[in-house]
Amino acid sequence: MFLRNAEPWMDGSTLGEHLEESGVSRRSFLEFCTEMAVILGLGSAAAPSVAKALEAQKRPTVIWLEMQECTGCVESVLRTEAPTIGDLVLDVVSLDYSETLMAAAGHAVEKAKADSMAKNKGGYVLIVTGSVPTKEDGIYCMVAGRTIREHLEEAAEGAAAIIALGACAHWGSVQAARPNPTGAVGVRDIIKNKPIINIAGCPPIGDVVTASVVHFLTFGRLPSTDREGRPLFAYGNRIHDDCPRRAHYDAGQYVENFDDDAARRGWCLYQMGCKGPATYSPCPIVQWNNRTSWPIGAGHPCIGCTEPYFWDTMTPFYRRLPEVGGFGVEERVDTIGASLAIGAAAGVLTHAGMTVLHQIRRRKSMKQVPEHEHPATEESHNG
Amino acid sequence: MASTKVVVDPITRIEGHLRIEVQAEAGKISGSWATATMFRGIETIMTGRDPRDAWAFTQRICGVCTTVHALASVRAVEDALDIRIPANANIIRNLVHGMQFIQDHVIHFYHLHALDWVDVVSAVGADPNKAAALARSISPWPNNDAAHFAAVQARLKKFVASGQLGIFANGYWGHPAYKLPPEANLMAVSHYLEALDWQRDVIRLHTVFGGKNPHPNFLVGGMASAINLDEVATINAVRLADVMGMIKKAKDFVEQVYWPDLVAIASFYKDWGAIGGGVPNFLACGEFPETDARDLGSLYFPRGIIMGKDLSKVVEYDHKKVAEYITSSWYTYEGGDDKGLHPWEGETTPKYTGAAKYDFLQGEKKYTWMKAPRYEGKPMQVGPLARMLVGYASGHKDIKELVGQALGKLQVGPAVLFSTLGRTAARGIETVLLAHKMQEWFNQLISNVKQGQTATFTKDKWEPHSWPKTAQGYGYLDAPRGALGHWVQIENEKIARYQCVVPSTWNCSPRDAQGQMGAYEAALVDNHPLARPDQPLEILRTIHSFDPCLACGVHVLDADGGLLAEVKVQ
Ligand code: SF4
Ligand code: SF4
Repeated sequence: MFLRNAEPWMDGSTLGEHLEESGVSRRSFLEFCTEMAVILGLGSAAAPSVAKALEAQKRPTVIWLEMQECTGCVESVLRTEAPTIGDLVLDVVSLDYSETLMAAAGHAVEKAKADSMAKNKGGYVLIVTGSVPTKEDGIYCMVAGRTIREHLEEAAEGAAAIIALGACAHWGSVQAARPNPTGAVGVRDIIKNKPIINIAGCPPIGDVVTASVVHFLTFGRLPSTDREGRPLFAYGNRIHDDCPRRAHYDAGQYVENFDDDAARRGWCLYQMGCKGPATYSPCPIVQWNNRTSWPIGAGHPCIGCTEPYFWDTMTPFYRRLPEVGGFGVEERVDTIGASLAIGAAAGVLTHAGMTVLHQIRRRKSMKQVPEHEHPATEESHNG
Repeated sequence: MASTKVVVDPITRIEGHLRIEVQAEAGKISGSWATATMFRGIETIMTGRDPRDAWAFTQRICGVCTTVHALASVRAVEDALDIRIPANANIIRNLVHGMQFIQDHVIHFYHLHALDWVDVVSAVGADPNKAAALARSISPWPNNDAAHFAAVQARLKKFVASGQLGIFANGYWGHPAYKLPPEANLMAVSHYLEALDWQRDVIRLHTVFGGKNPHPNFLVGGMASAINLDEVATINAVRLADVMGMIKKAKDFVEQVYWPDLVAIASFYKDWGAIGGGVPNFLACGEFPETDARDLGSLYFPRGIIMGKDLSKVVEYDHKKVAEYITSSWYTYEGGDDKGLHPWEGETTPKYTGAAKYDFLQGEKKYTWMKAPRYEGKPMQVGPLARMLVGYASGHKDIKELVGQALGKLQVGPAVLFSTLGRTAARGIETVLLAHKMQEWFNQLISNVKQGQTATFTKDKWEPHSWPKTAQGYGYLDAPRGALGHWVQIENEKIARYQCVVPSTWNCSPRDAQGQMGAYEAALVDNHPLARPDQPLEILRTIHSFDPCLACGVHVLDADGGLLAEVKVQ
């Protein structure tokens, strides 16, 4: 992703100057801006203003900290398939620290990071993947002889903004699932005085990360978010509302078993446990890996990976809503269960029920979620 | 001569967090310690869950070799419940896992390992015409021309001049251990960039069958992607054509870029065929079943063990001879920390004895989160080299042929395989073999569909009420980084116990009760140079040759932090 499509962007020059020097055509740049404007929910008419703002940008510095994680989020960003110029925007940020990609190691990389943080103090973007263990003073994740928490606090200090990339970085994800043996929490539980956005997902789609960076460069601020910190441009809609199988849902045409006749016709996966009705995510619109497909497109129900605590609230994955962890309130079961039993009309009714249900959930911020519904340990929901 | 302590933490360009400490004297490494510095506890989290969900949790053990834990997990659950998956599901899983191998190995070579051998800065001084001549002499790859190389070089020159080196900052450029001529460096840098595009494209195979990558979807009982040629929303002719294109693209790049580059670069580093061998025992659990994972005779890469570098015989692998030691690990055992326990009796009680801040760990009795697995009391190496050696020694036709070819090209004997260079070469060899194999599997899938055989899932035993009250199973898998095993015990429709023994536990293991070192540690003291302690390039070469993947180092612990009785496998 580096040096791939253009000349390197020189320190101090603007993106506009840089593009001109690189021989990138105005047309392909505008195409890229259009694409980004659409993903950002601004509409294609906003492309010229996106372009104008982008062109004036200086090459930004990025420090990427990897904490307690599986590295899937890094891999997802490596798969970014935005238009060529999209790679350019990522390529030419100055990525001054990344454990996965740095050529050097040990003292040499720690020094590169320290130098860059000092030089760009107050101005760099901090990308964080992975969670922070809090039990036993945080000794479950150490780098260079120090806890990752110490590294995070230090790097956050001089950051202009923080991108919590992936489920781990926002709320701890899989290692924070019940019983959360290491006391894993997300960055919002540690850092309270910096703007943080949450690119949700396990992992998130690489292109959504690109779009968020573009947003930051274009408008000089992070995108607007919902109360979970998720950019509205990507996470404003439920999967269920954009799902190509939705017509089957509304018509009461359900897959009853994997590979049954209905599955072979692409009907709705609700009965197989699909969490699309309770999940806010750009999956059906942006799709995965250069729009090749997405989970429901490949016949598997959505597991709700952009939702907080989904390892506990959305499991068992193959149990249908609302019979899963986070949906145990009787009245909801009554409403939805009853409507399901009615038959063909059930689809519409269930849908209405789920919408209400989701609104109920969304009205509660995470710290207001009742204790019994909250899967993680003490430390993990003080934010 | 005085000895020097050298710490490399973090080891970069790997998955997870790894620390290496060595003792060096007169340009040679005399002592080494490998430390996994992260613990996540995923197995603990499995308890009480639906076994059909286990693949998704365990898949998150690693996002680099994504899919491998998911596949080992569904195999373990299917073994426990005695589920036989349809032939197409087995083929699709092989295609997904095969593409994972190919993509992962190529990324490893170019993006995680090559910078140990390729001096990016030296490429600036190359002659693009000579680089093209060199590249063309080894491959017909269309981008191997002077104009292309000149363009890459021009970008590189400016990049270096900009002074903002980003990920290349503070690299060990100009270190005397870099031996490639500038032209070979330029060729490699150019392919580094091309490989970035390529990997994105070929891995879309996961997305077709599993909906996304990283972390595509799996399913106990088969695969969720239904095949119906007459439907828009399923695996149809458009999807299959796309997959066919990706397989071809994968094969072309592996044959025309990765393999020739590997051989060309290796020819400048033949001395590394006598460095960094280490542990002389190799274990492969076998992979790529042609029929069913439990039909061991149908495995494309065979199962077995090589002891003491003896290629004249392959020892049969019996998992009951495995025991784990924690003498040097941050855990404690009820019966004493010097005992070895078979995974069935295993205990995992974390007990950290280090500090929350440290300069050196060496000399501490316990120094890592990795346990030390041993086979009949002996440390083992796992990974591509183990697979290729077991295949070679078992007389596997394809493996013998390609290993022979590689040795012939480099004009060296089989002894060089037991080295840092051997590990890197073996990875390339198996990638070439799998690139061919992918086409065969795909043809088989097409032929099945042609004959009207489209099933991808069996609903037998899908419903929990059809399960026995208790069940247990074992799922093995030879992952890109080596032998992996998942054990599951199911009680009353829920997971009662879950345990994984993973490639990195074998390779990154610390000293055991007898003081025997694990594979990383032993490799670093096997005729191992270290020219400049402040620029530990040689350490990176050997450690990266294992393709470390540290997040795998997870262990079992129950909700109260107490002990779990371990899985009994029949
Ligand atoms: S959020 Fe998911 S993909 Fe990302 S690091 Fe965590 S487990 Fe891996
Ligand atoms: S339930 Fe799932 S598959 Fe069905 S329409 Fe909603 S999101 Fe799509």
